[in-house]
Amino acid sequence: MRLKTFRGGAHVPHFKELTATKPIRDARLPAKVVVALHQHTGAPCEALVKVGDHVKVGQKIGDSKAALTAPVHAPVSGKVVDIAPYPQSGGREVVSIVIESDGLQEVADTVRPKGELDGLSQGDLREIIREAGIVGLGGAAFPTYFKLTPPPGKSFDTLIINGSECEPYLTADQRLMMERPEDAIFGTRVLMKAAGVSRAFIGIEENKPEAIEAMQKAAERHSGIEIVPLAAKYPQGAEKQLIKAIVNREVPCGGLPVDVGVIVNNVGTAVAVGEAISTGMPLVERVVTVTGSPVKEPSNLKVKIGTLVSDLVEECEGFASEPAKVIIGGPMMGVAQFTMDIPVTKGTSGVLFLTIDEVSLEEPLPCVRCGKCVENCPMHLLPLFISQYADAGRFDEAAEYGAMDCIECGSCSFICPSRRHLVQSIRLAKAEIAARRRKK
Amino acid sequence: MAENQFIVSSSPHLRSEVSTPVIMRDVIIALLPPSFAGIYLFGFRALAVMIVGTLAAVITEAVIERATHRPVTIGDYSAAVAGLLLALVLPPDIPLWIVAVGSIVAIGVGKQVFGGLGHNPFNPALIGRAVLLASWPVAMTTWRWPVASAPWMGKGFDILTSATPLAALKLSGIKTPYGPLFWGTVAGSIGETSAIAVLIGAAYLLIRGHITWRIPGYYILTVAVLSLLFGQDPVFHVLAGGLLFGAFFMATDYVSTPVTPKGQAIFGIGCGVLTVLIRLYGGYPEGVCYSILIMDATTALLDRFTRPRKLGEVRRSA
Repeated sequence: MRLKTFRGGAHVPHFKELTATKPIRDARLPAKVVVALHQHTGAPCEALVKVGDHVKVGQKIGDSKAALTAPVHAPVSGKVVDIAPYPQSGGREVVSIVIESDGLQEVADTVRPKGELDGLSQGDLREIIREAGIVGLGGAAFPTYFKLTPPPGKSFDTLIINGSECEPYLTADQRLMMERPEDAIFGTRVLMKAAGVSRAFIGIEENKPEAIEAMQKAAERHSGIEIVPLAAKYPQGAEKQLIKAIVNREVPCGGLPVDVGVIVNNVGTAVAVGEAISTGMPLVERVVTVTGSPVKEPSNLKVKIGTLVSDLVEECEGFASEPAKVIIGGPMMGVAQFTMDIPVTKGTSGVLFLTIDEVSLEEPLPCVRCGKCVENCPMHLLPLFISQYADAGRFDEAAEYGAMDCIECGSCSFICPSRRHLVQSIRLAKAEIAARRRKK
Repeated sequence: MAENQFIVSSSPHLRSEVSTPVIMRDVIIALLPPSFAGIYLFGFRALAVMIVGTLAAVITEAVIERATHRPVTIGDYSAAVAGLLLALVLPPDIPLWIVAVGSIVAIGVGKQVFGGLGHNPFNPALIGRAVLLASWPVAMTTWRWPVASAPWMGKGFDILTSATPLAALKLSGIKTPYGPLFWGTVAGSIGETSAIAVLIGAAYLLIRGHITWRIPGYYILTVAVLSLLFGQDPVFHVLAGGLLFGAFFMATDYVSTPVTPKGQAIFGIGCGVLTVLIRLYGGYPEGVCYSILIMDATTALLDRFTRPRKLGEVRRSA
């Protein structure tokens, strides 16, 4: 059978062997955590605690009245020692609550099982998911309850669970599916009910056969859930490409998946949603792949939100060689960091270290119009022209060529034989075009 | 934190191993089968043409870049590719100084005046060839039978000692059999006569993913279909002359051809139509060189008007 996929995209090296066979293990309890009040798409939270307060695990410590936001909770029990701006992986400083762990991990009494799924209404589920502070764990960190609420006049008919994990190096989702398939399926069922759909597809790239098998076994007993093996091609896990591959629908340009009746959630998100129901524990920890050739013991770690990257390095027994680049996320879309003193947030799927030899420092050559970026663009754009217009400051033309439809997956820059900074230019154009549109 | 040593740059942080110099080097590798075929068929005179053509191109590039105070880019192999391509589409006995002039024109006029790599609107090698054909028409059309002359050349061919298969057909109505066309034991340009050698080189580029089948496919198919419509033998027209070499090595030049799938299809079809028209109705027996050059002129327009449909784009029906 031909595997489902989309047109375009790049065959990137996987590099998953570093951690693919490593079971998820609990990271040591950090001495302190830095919990950012803004680690999601939407409005930042206000702190609900003061310096000096004692907090318990799962206690809500930040929330906002805005429609689009996600509350944050204490990942450890202990004392709030600071509320101030701290550097975050996005490059900016964000007001964060620093908690010193008392090592006891006392659980807040608000954390309790929410009962049987059958007994909970769609509204209940959405409220539980909101209160649990659950956001998309794939990296975008979009609040899940908001996604589950379709705008007036629109509705869902299909849930897609994204288990493709197409970013090289990362294996957090893969391990989760291998080790906790039942929990992933339970979360899927919760999301199906919350979205009001009767069918769900779980897309997994075919280079993770154990995950596919485990998930298929777990899904067997439940009707309406189908595991879909996908071609291992980047960016298979990008929302629009995933929808195209699995249900052959195209999200209209500038539109959202709901416009074609689909809601997409990451498999890690599904597990977190399931936990919010079964144990009542809000999103206070996640699986992070800490990897790269400089890392002595690359690992899949279950990490408290707010743990510093430097702590994770220690957890992985330090470095075998000098890292030259620290990336939050994967190598294709991740963000390079200037320091290791930044905390894990809800959207941190991995921390990748590269040595100087693995960092491309080549100067760009002139574009030779080889057309490889055109062949590879999963949005079917012409990256070479958009970036040329962007470089020339001709942003109207860049927009006309579809700059705003670029999903910044990096396939074009990856494949460019002249090492041109295509995504970088297009990103610049997007920011400029967005700013101009706001002005109007 | 004070001594942060980390490199911060925009994503993606991974790059493909295939760089532009690697591609150019692969093109040279792909040109080896036609080159060796040329040497086998036409002797070391052919090798001399290739060496002069390549060296002159590389030196021209270096001299012009040095003179205009720009970085010397001969390390990207693109000048060498242009020089070798030119040499392979020249007759084996052409005076070597003419070869050098061709390479100087190809790099100087065909490439560097437009700003060097990536900026030339026309295929530099074909610019060189077109200028030579216009300037030294006799030298450019003086052909020779291959050293390894085939037994099929028997009586009746004596009077045609130096006609290419296409010229023989056009001027005398004599059709060369497929066998010699396939193996290359006919008169013609150094790298063009052996279809099998060209196809081996082309296969390498296709397998390496450096070219797609689109332009050569549409080009060759168009020539076959049109020659059939005009009552000609399509197989002969595909194998004879410079069609295969031009389709796989010239019409696939990155810089001077379209990047959009539809644009590439139109480009290939256009080349095919022009080639057949020139062959059957033009003043020359062969038309590959001019066809590709003419279509090169349409590249910018083709790219502009054949923008692919974006994923999720809804076009108003016309």
